[in-house]
Amino acid sequence: MARGKRLQAPEINASSMADIAFLLLIFFLVTTEIVEDKGILVKLPPWSEDEPDITKLNERNVFSVLVNKDNDLLVRGEPTDLSDLRERAKEFIANPSKRPDLAEKPTKAIISLKNDRGTEYATYLAVYNELQGAYNELWNELANSKFGVDYSEDLPFAQRKEIKGTIPFVLSEAEPTSFGEED
Amino acid sequence: MPAISTASLPDIIFMLLFFFMVVTVLRQSELKLKVVTPEATELTKLEDKSLVNYIYIGKPTPQYQDLYGTAPQLQLNDKISRKDQIPFFLAEFKQGVPEALHGRITSSLRVDGEVTMGIVTDVKTELRKAGQLRVNYSAKTRAGDL
Repeated sequence: MARGKRLQAPEINASSMADIAFLLLIFFLVTTEIVEDKGILVKLPPWSEDEPDITKLNERNVFSVLVNKDNDLLVRGEPTDLSDLRERAKEFIANPSKRPDLAEKPTKAIISLKNDRGTEYATYLAVYNELQGAYNELWNELANSKFGVDYSEDLPFAQRKEIKGTIPFVLSEAEPTSFGEED
Repeated sequence: MPAISTASLPDIIFMLLFFFMVVTVLRQSELKLKVVTPEATELTKLEDKSLVNYIYIGKPTPQYQDLYGTAPQLQLNDKISRKDQIPFFLAEFKQGVPEALHGRITSSLRVDGEVTMGIVTDVKTELRKAGQLRVNYSAKTRAGDL
């Protein structure tokens, strides 16, 4: 009789399994972080000792943006609000009304960005974002008129190359002036 | 009244556990700086995480201010570093990446929005000197236009 009972497989109490799993879950929740890897991807120019000289270029083709230590913007000599920057950049690059003071054609347009060492990074990035945004919008418009879709990395390489060839993103960054550094 | 069977509860919790294990990455380094990246709209998603190295710039958090002061600092891996340590940091990272993929290594600059451009420019100069030209300015999606 006793032997028969022993042969029966004993049931393991699994009610604490949930607690163990919860413990593990909480451990992972605490020790991990969801890394959101997003940002503005840029290609820096290779290092050279001498500064790029933009004074040699035709003035109409240069869209100069200066950001000072008080985070104010000076675009082509006039104080500008950040919210107007994108429209102005777009108009400068595309020059739809063929104005003589804006870029001859998109391939010749150059954005020149210069800041102080005391400029806040947030402002710098906001300005960069607007300039990148201006180009993104122009690429979208071109891609829509040519291929009927928005510009994206999913486009075939040849089409992307064609768009970037028509409207290349040329941004020249000057060495910052050392105003307003805090340390 | 019959008791509700809780036998499937562990399975449900395990499923949650696996979900979190898959979508998260182990925290690689303790951040000694306060880094709140700015918001932007024109964002690109970084794809291959094994090809990304991170450079943090920001002011030290209060617990490290005795040690490092309040001026913006640079953090590579888990140490507060000097700018001249960047080439070594990059070279070290390169060793762990197959040679064919060296051109696709991206440096993600996670910079606090309140930091001034001086230190950022110095870091950029170091990166350019080291030939590390693919750079990502880490930023958050601006709320409101997703």
